[in-house]
Amino acid sequence: MSHRTARRLAATGAAGLALVLTSCAKTRLPQDTFNPAGPEARTEAGLFWLVFWIAVAVFVLVEGILVVALIRFRHRPGAGVPKQVHGNKRLEIGWTILPAVLLAGIAFPTVGTLISLSHKPAGNILELNVTAHQFWWEVNYPSLHVKSASEIHVPVNTPVYVSLRSIDVIHSFWIPRLAGKQDVVPNQVNHLTFEADRAGMYRAQCAEFCGLSHANMRFQVVAESQADFEAWVQQQQQPAAKAAPGSLEAQGQDIFEHGVWNGVLFTGETIPVHGCTQCHTVEGIPGGAKVGPNLTHFAGRAAFAGAIFPNNASRLALWLRDPEAVKPGVDMPNMRLSEQEIEALVAYLESLK
Amino acid sequence: MATVVTEGERTTRRRSIFARPTAMHGWWSWVTTVDHKRIGILYFLTSFVFFIIGGSEALLIRTQLARPDGHVVSAQLYNQIFTMHGLTMIFLVVMPMSAAFFNYLVPLMIGARDVAFPRLNAFSYWGFLFGGIFLYSSFFLGGAPNGGWFCYQPLCGQPTTNGSFYALGLLMLGIASTVSAVNIAITIINMRAPGMSLFRMPVFVWMTLVVQFLLVFALPVLTIGLFEMFFDRRFGTNFFRVSADADPVLWQHLFWLFGHPEVYVLILPAMGIVSEVLPVFARKPLFGYPVVVASGIAIGFMGWGVWAHHMFAVGLGPVANSAFALSTMFIAVPTGVKIFNWIATLWGGDIRFRTPLLFSLAFIAMFIIGGLSGVTHSVVPSDYQQTDTYYIVAHFHYVLFGGSIFGLFSGFYYWFPKVTGRLMNETIGKVHFWLMLIGFNLTFGPFHILGLQGMPRRIYTYSPVSGWAFWNFVSTIGAFMIATSVVAFIYNWWRSARHGEMGGADPWDARTLEWTISSPPPVYNFEEEPVVKSVDEFWHRKYAEGEDGRLVPVVAGGSDTAEHNEEGPHSEEHGDGEHGIHLPSPSYMPVLTALGLPFLGYGLLFSPVLIIDGVLLLLIGLYGWAVEPPVAED
Repeated sequence: MSHRTARRLAATGAAGLALVLTSCAKTRLPQDTFNPAGPEARTEAGLFWLVFWIAVAVFVLVEGILVVALIRFRHRPGAGVPKQVHGNKRLEIGWTILPAVLLAGIAFPTVGTLISLSHKPAGNILELNVTAHQFWWEVNYPSLHVKSASEIHVPVNTPVYVSLRSIDVIHSFWIPRLAGKQDVVPNQVNHLTFEADRAGMYRAQCAEFCGLSHANMRFQVVAESQADFEAWVQQQQQPAAKAAPGSLEAQGQDIFEHGVWNGVLFTGETIPVHGCTQCHTVEGIPGGAKVGPNLTHFAGRAAFAGAIFPNNASRLALWLRDPEAVKPGVDMPNMRLSEQEIEALVAYLESLK
Repeated sequence: MATVVTEGERTTRRRSIFARPTAMHGWWSWVTTVDHKRIGILYFLTSFVFFIIGGSEALLIRTQLARPDGHVVSAQLYNQIFTMHGLTMIFLVVMPMSAAFFNYLVPLMIGARDVAFPRLNAFSYWGFLFGGIFLYSSFFLGGAPNGGWFCYQPLCGQPTTNGSFYALGLLMLGIASTVSAVNIAITIINMRAPGMSLFRMPVFVWMTLVVQFLLVFALPVLTIGLFEMFFDRRFGTNFFRVSADADPVLWQHLFWLFGHPEVYVLILPAMGIVSEVLPVFARKPLFGYPVVVASGIAIGFMGWGVWAHHMFAVGLGPVANSAFALSTMFIAVPTGVKIFNWIATLWGGDIRFRTPLLFSLAFIAMFIIGGLSGVTHSVVPSDYQQTDTYYIVAHFHYVLFGGSIFGLFSGFYYWFPKVTGRLMNETIGKVHFWLMLIGFNLTFGPFHILGLQGMPRRIYTYSPVSGWAFWNFVSTIGAFMIATSVVAFIYNWWRSARHGEMGGADPWDARTLEWTISSPPPVYNFEEEPVVKSVDEFWHRKYAEGEDGRLVPVVAGGSDTAEHNEEGPHSEEHGDGEHGIHLPSPSYMPVLTALGLPFLGYGLLFSPVLIIDGVLLLLIGLYGWAVEPPVAED
């Protein structure tokens, strides 16, 4: 029994470890901390692997001794009563001090790294303000006068220093491949530095439970070359595209701006609404409020609604039909728009490049 | 002093508000019982029912997450279920199930006839039951709490989170736990048999004592937080209200200052059980008894200095994060010491692989994994990636399921023959064990990977793009394996309770006092107060130790007979020489008083009329309690 027990234990352990390691080493998943793409995430992953291998050594040693003990000292028929050992002072001192020394060894890089990660980077950096809402991210480039939502563009090889605020509950800002998470706490400004050293799209997600659609509070980081980034900034600084009079887009703009459809004031069935501007801003259209995401360059974003849907006409139509049905707990009410109204709005929104 | 008053006797009663209950059989006798053994059984049965409920919630969670974009439950329901799963497993399963062991075993292990305050003990149980029912009634009264088991402010202050049920439910459970903790601590301190000095107590009793102190000091911290959050919600105060410039992080400090000692409240009882089981099945004394005890106490103290490691990502700054990283690393030292001593206990033993031992071995093996992943959490920069992901979910399940639950199952198999007189079936026990161990690792092992692959905890859905589908599916299979193992366990329990082999007083050749008396124990536990001369008192009555450490049986005829309890060779005539045994009488008052609590709770939520009812119940209960004598008079 005990032989089999021990062998099973050992086999299971080895197989499990092998599985874990292959899984960690080979995956190229979009939010994989094992696949860091910037110095912060790489430092953190490096520290993890250091501690991991120490832990593996301890694991193999301790579980190994346990298994050996179980095999060697299993009950055998006819065996006498074992020697009654009550303890051993030297052993006790030894296995108190050894782990303490090992842990002290881990403590140095831990404290060193955490202090260096907490410094504001010097030199050429990009400053960014991010404000968390239930359930989306408001993004603001203070020096560039650019606003975005749930999508952050950054140049590669430039440290990004983010100031994090929340207007409602606690959230957590986390781009797994670029940096560990930083909670976003109301009445407190937290900071995080991240940097991408490879161009690409990095998926990110709120990591602190923040209510009904916590799972749907995602965002994306687009890292691009300095030139591409500058082009993007220039384009974002333009006012919103104007719809040509008489076009479908213009009808959509009417709904957006005034809640007017074919000259009739549109009101939602439950809440009187005077256009989408009651919550959303499009630069150049008067009266835009800032409750919901800024939509000035909506069509330029790859995803919407907390980056849970790819930004295309069919998804957008689905969203406008009933936001609550596809994103529980969302603030945006169901406007009970007709199919023609939805078509016009979609056309307008998709024109906001 | 010389009168014999047992539960078995009808007693004549003075006039009082109520006639004293006299039923000795049937369900009414269970409602009014003040016998620590019966209360222990009630604790176990109730917490096991909650274990089934909490486990079913876990299965729903796993079913939802088995595939990306799962639609088994809605976001609304999912958030209620994961919140209630956590609350249930912590407050309604591991804590009361540990209390079941405390209640049943502590008096038996220290040679006492009951706990210090038997009626208070009954009150604790009923408070726990009513608190649990109150919490679960929320499902039918507007929805269960859905803000997570630590109910972070200000989210939990939002009306939709049903935080009031959370606050009031936990307050009730906290009252029950505090009362029970005081009771059991006093029992251990004051009611030990003659000769049982503190350092002759079984380790389980030691760990129990540490846990009671942790509870007595930790629960008030939570109570303050719960009052504040309830006042915010009900009376519009501004303790955590962000719009009034409050600091919501205050809640986190309060919660985790309770919450971390609470972790040790959950694990130390299982460590105590393991420390009892290993020596019996290795037929060797616990290696380094004083060190194991001291490290338990050290964990109890150090547990107060690590709470902010739950908050590394909150933004406390590098100084606080460094300090808590160091304290967290060093709490691993006494924990490691325990593990080494357990392995040394097995080393050189004569190990018999019975089911109780298997579960204790699994405890050690799994707890090592949980402990090591805990150390990786103390490495703050690495924790920035791990916290609030499935990695932390893996960690605390390895500690609380791989640790606490396996330990409690070990205790169940070990003491079942004492409680029922019958042995559990070994074959089904082993089926249960292997299914549960494999299922457990299949369920929670992949969580490590998922977390580091970027899967946050508490999400009701995930996108197929994430690449998390495979391990989530594996985990769901594991969860159903665990469920199957629990079915095997229930069958074994049901079958063994009826047809199990009779075990006698001492089926394991055990070491502590509870095995000196018959199984199940008589209502008065010990006919005569035992006199204790050493650690492992019972063992030393059976065996003498030669100078070379070899054992010599003291009693001819081996160890598997029930004779020892009759002879009591070392017990001296003590105290009640005339065999007079005073036992507290059953009472209506504890259950009546406890019933006032949920009325107060519902009253605060729904109607002042119910508050008046609750206050009346409390007053009547307490008054009746005060005027009735502990032992009904002749």
